[in-house]
Amino acid sequence: MIRISNLEFSYSEGEFRLEIPSLAIERGTTAAVIGPSGCGKTTLLNLMAGVTKPMAGQIFTNAVEVTALSDAERRNFRIRNIGLVFQEFELLEYLTVLDNILLPYRINASMELDKAVRDRAIELANQVGIGDKLNRHATKLSQGEKQRVAVCRALLPDPVLLLADEPTGNLDPSNKGRVLDILLDYAARTGATLVTVTHDYDLIDRFGRVIDFHDFHSALSGSGERAASRIAGSPGRRDNGETGQR
Amino acid sequence: MKDSLYLAWRYLVYHRIKTAILITSITLIVFLPVGLRVLVSQSADQLTTRAEATPLIVGAKGSPLELVLNSLYFESDVPALMKYSEVARIDMTRMAQAIPLYVRFRARGHPIVGTTIEYFEFRGLEVVRGTNLTMLGDCVLGARVAEALGVEPGGAVISSPENVFDITGVYPLKMRVAGILGFSDSPDDHAVFVDIKTTWIIEGAGHGHQDLSRSEAVGSVLSRDSATIVANAAVVQYNEITPDNIDSFHFHGDLGDNNLTAIIAVPSDQRSEALLRGRYESADDMSQVVPPITVMDELLDTILTVQSYVIVAVVVVGMSTLATAALVFILSLKLRQREIQTMIRIGGSRGSIGSIVVSEIVVVLSTSVILAMGLTFITSRFGSAAIRALIL
Repeated sequence: MIRISNLEFSYSEGEFRLEIPSLAIERGTTAAVIGPSGCGKTTLLNLMAGVTKPMAGQIFTNAVEVTALSDAERRNFRIRNIGLVFQEFELLEYLTVLDNILLPYRINASMELDKAVRDRAIELANQVGIGDKLNRHATKLSQGEKQRVAVCRALLPDPVLLLADEPTGNLDPSNKGRVLDILLDYAARTGATLVTVTHDYDLIDRFGRVIDFHDFHSALSGSGERAASRIAGSPGRRDNGETGQR
Repeated sequence: MKDSLYLAWRYLVYHRIKTAILITSITLIVFLPVGLRVLVSQSADQLTTRAEATPLIVGAKGSPLELVLNSLYFESDVPALMKYSEVARIDMTRMAQAIPLYVRFRARGHPIVGTTIEYFEFRGLEVVRGTNLTMLGDCVLGARVAEALGVEPGGAVISSPENVFDITGVYPLKMRVAGILGFSDSPDDHAVFVDIKTTWIIEGAGHGHQDLSRSEAVGSVLSRDSATIVANAAVVQYNEITPDNIDSFHFHGDLGDNNLTAIIAVPSDQRSEALLRGRYESADDMSQVVPPITVMDELLDTILTVQSYVIVAVVVVGMSTLATAALVFILSLKLRQREIQTMIRIGGSRGSIGSIVVSEIVVVLSTSVILAMGLTFITSRFGSAAIRALIL
């Protein structure tokens, strides 16, 4: 489903450098990406989503070489195939819950907003327990509710890949579980792939696979050292990506 | 485009105070110079049209502007008064038709214009309901006055005392409404027309009272001899002229000594006009003759000069306000970088996101322009009356 080979990336400023010789995530996998802050987890998600382009290497998502697409093609591919969930929810304060959920259909001409989409948005909102708040502005919601709105927005186009960047980072324990339930349930029902960056080690046993960033060849702040620490006692399957799933 | 407009609309509605301030500022920037120009040009047209239609005004020496404004628009302060005998002086020259005007009193805020039947002919005014002035004490109402007072022919209008605190001053006169004039879109619509003698009665120069020679008036007689009857304070003064008491109304002294505010002089030709003007050139003459158009042109020159300065000032302020509005948009875009980045990360196309921002600007600008057009329309409809009231 996701295949990365010989990936090299660095920002124009700073000495951060990310190298992933090989990484494969099969379709339907639910994966947790863990690692220290600043090691490149979010960068990896952005590369997978095609938000940023690597300096070298290839990324295939659903058999499409994302790295070979133009900017516009990547955006069109992303909005149809990839659902993104962010730690800070990234809702638009001036829109209601329903309009926030429908946002992907309003910001790309290739997406057509019709009654079926609208009905599905309402159905999703009902499923995650915010169906009674459709006309409220996002600012009037609790943190947990905001993240559920953001998840609905990500799920609305029926993505085959869900990329979540610390989706539970700002939530209380009960909401953490609820949001993760929604993401995992969607992946289980649709066979979509879920890749979640998390620092929440209590939750990683719920993922089918753990991608431990400590083991990638990433040079942080120019130290060039290979991260040595591993997370002890992690119940999920863990790998360093070089050989794919172990 | 529909979605971009929708998102732009939601953004503007959510930030309604900021939006309202922006729209108000831009509306004023667009409206002020345009509205001012429309207002001044319309007012100038109205003022000059009436002035052009009035060849000469004769009045007592004093402010020509006051004389013209009072005679043409029935506004402004009452100019220095002249005598009715001046009408005879002009008539005797056979150079012009003389139409007397006495514009001093008011009836419920509307000017009472004392004149003769010739005035209606001169201005092309027609009575559309009722009749023209037929007897002393009759009045004919301008169309707007009739509308405002809700009076029809057969009704009555009462003149207002000049000063309610002066008990020795002019008493109100109840005037029968003989007719209503058609709309003329001129100051005549706002006036109450009466015969010149009626204004003198309002002034107190003429009056009517009970017949002191009759036996029932004995209580009102202070002294009586073969030639003179002297009335006491109990004598009944009439404040309305009716067919029954009209014969008792009379003027003491020479009619030629009664007051006028002006005379409209309509020369028979250019030569007569030049000769007539020449007759009033003498420094000893107590009267003056002025061509209204010259006076109004001087007034409008001043107004247009002020207008130019105001427009320059408005444009300068407008430029800086537009620059501020542009800054607000730019700063707003900077503040919204995160929102824009989110849309890009989700997969929003640059075109769609750009069109949201453009839509916001277009909505604000077009709303402002529509409002400014509305204000300009209102100004063109009602503004000239307002500015005429301000100028006059």
